[in-house]
Amino acid sequence: MTISSTLPSSKSERGHGKDGQGRPDARAAATPQARPALTENHVRQKSLTRTLFTPFGPIPPALAAALGIAIWVAILGIWIAVTHNGLVEPIFLPKPSQVVETTVALAQSGELWEHTLASVKVVLIGFVVSSLVAVPLGLTMGTYRIVQAFLDPLVNFIRYLPVTSFVPLFILWIGIGIEQRVAVIIFGIFFQQLVMIADAARSVPRDLVNAAYTLGTRRVETVRHIVFPATLPNVLDILRVTMGWAWTYLVVAELVAARSGLGYISLKAMRGFQVDVIFMAIAMIGVLGLLTDQSFRVLRRLAAPWAS
Amino acid sequence: MQNTPSVATPDSDIAVEDVSLRYGRGQNAVLALSDLSLAVRPKEFCVIVGPSGCGKSSLLYLIAGLQERTGGTIRVAGRAVSEPGADRGMVFQAYTLFPWLTVAQNVEYGPKRKGIAAAERRRIVDHYLEEVGLTAFRDHYPAQLSGGMKQRVAIARALANDPDVLLMDEPFGALDSQTRHAMQQLLLRVWDHQKKTVLFVTHDIDEAILLADRVFVMSGRPGLIRKEISVDFERPRAMDLVMEPAFIAMKREILELLRGDGDAR
Ligand SMILES: Nc1ncnc2c1ncn2[C@@H]1O[C@H](COP(=O)(O)OP(=O)(O)O)[C@@H](O)[C@H]1O
Ligand SMILES: [Mg+2]
Repeated sequence: MTISSTLPSSKSERGHGKDGQGRPDARAAATPQARPALTENHVRQKSLTRTLFTPFGPIPPALAAALGIAIWVAILGIWIAVTHNGLVEPIFLPKPSQVVETTVALAQSGELWEHTLASVKVVLIGFVVSSLVAVPLGLTMGTYRIVQAFLDPLVNFIRYLPVTSFVPLFILWIGIGIEQRVAVIIFGIFFQQLVMIADAARSVPRDLVNAAYTLGTRRVETVRHIVFPATLPNVLDILRVTMGWAWTYLVVAELVAARSGLGYISLKAMRGFQVDVIFMAIAMIGVLGLLTDQSFRVLRRLAAPWAS
Repeated sequence: MQNTPSVATPDSDIAVEDVSLRYGRGQNAVLALSDLSLAVRPKEFCVIVGPSGCGKSSLLYLIAGLQERTGGTIRVAGRAVSEPGADRGMVFQAYTLFPWLTVAQNVEYGPKRKGIAAAERRRIVDHYLEEVGLTAFRDHYPAQLSGGMKQRVAIARALANDPDVLLMDEPFGALDSQTRHAMQQLLLRVWDHQKKTVLFVTHDIDEAILLADRVFVMSGRPGLIRKEISVDFERPRAMDLVMEPAFIAMKREILELLRGDGDAR
């Protein structure tokens, strides 16, 4: 270990953030050929595997990126292999090229965008309406015991009810229009948001609030001036996670009763044995989920730069 | 060093009279403070020293109005304390800077609440950041600061609000001894510039004698003031004062008073 840590070459290979644990060995640097190449390679390889499999240790960014791509290449490779060999019937698993062709065709006809837009609209309306109420109410609930005491029994009852069990009721009450799907999403995420946001508010250090009081903050200002900014990073994380759930409930709602949306075309495609369309719809939802997730991460960095 | 009786006079800045505090009820009740009285004169630097758990924090929280007392009266600058207010600044043992605000914005918080104009606020912030030597860090977030720096900002933030009295609850308790010594010197220098009425709490006897005009020796369960000791060492005081025989004698006296009291918890 002493040898490897003083070798300039092995030192850079180790990739540690701090490489200051050994002074560069002047002798080795002056006469590199003094050390047999074999030994150096040996040392370097050993330290490389040790580095890459160090618990919680860092890995080079380029390697991280390559590994991220590798998993997709592997999946695509297996997919191509099993579909082109006829191992799997195309009626169950289409060729990747088939999915791409269908996607391009539906994109050109506008059908893909129409249904994507329909889904995005429902998710956004449901999510925004739910969040607009859940954030202030959750913060208030977490801050004021009296509000919590009032709402907790109801919220904790409702949030364990599976949303899906309410779908028939919603259809009966509000039909199968967009309102019904929005209602499913709101019902699915609102109570979860409320509970998590209230928890975040409750975990604001008491002395932070005390300090604010001694600086002239009035009690009625506590939520707006202290609890809200203090929990903002948490709240944005909660919103990001529940946005993912909103997509799940959207598909549930669309599968049951809808005339448009990605869930709806999946269901239609199932009836017509168009597996490629189902794959397209799933991929589209995945992409949209990824986009919203990344948007929230960017938003968090911009809105809460202190918490990164 | 004489034993001055702690009697609240009309000109006391902090007057605590027969204050008691009970936590909990019935079987689990803890009498944290019992008929405690003390008085701090304007511009005086008083230090309460006592073992952990003797009720020092509780007393400061009562004076700050952050906690409700069970009995007695507390007056600050002549006004009876009933709730927290900007007239009583406080520096806490825990780090309480607002993490979402920069150093400058933290210091500016109090003046902003008071509705002071932006230009004047800017002047105040510049002045107090200069005082605590953190001008270069004005745009940093608290998460980027060391513990000592955080407490310096907390002191600047409390002073920028121009309170009548400054309450300090073991503000250097979490710092290593090097930093703690530097902070004591800094506090003495700042206090020399902005004479404030200060009530400072610590369990460190050296710190108490070094900083104080008067030391209140406190013992716990229930918490009460054992003795008041006037500290007449000339200011400015340097660290090597702790090696003076008079200093050591005073330290011994306080140690004797606290002996047997041990950890009050
Ligand atoms: N919220 C509380 N509930 C019950 N007991 C408490 C509470 N806060 C403090 N105490 C008790 O009151 C006593 C004094 O506490 P504190 O004022 O924190 O002492 P100090 O600051 O001197 O360490 C201790 O015995 C402590 O256990
Ligand atoms: Mg304490």
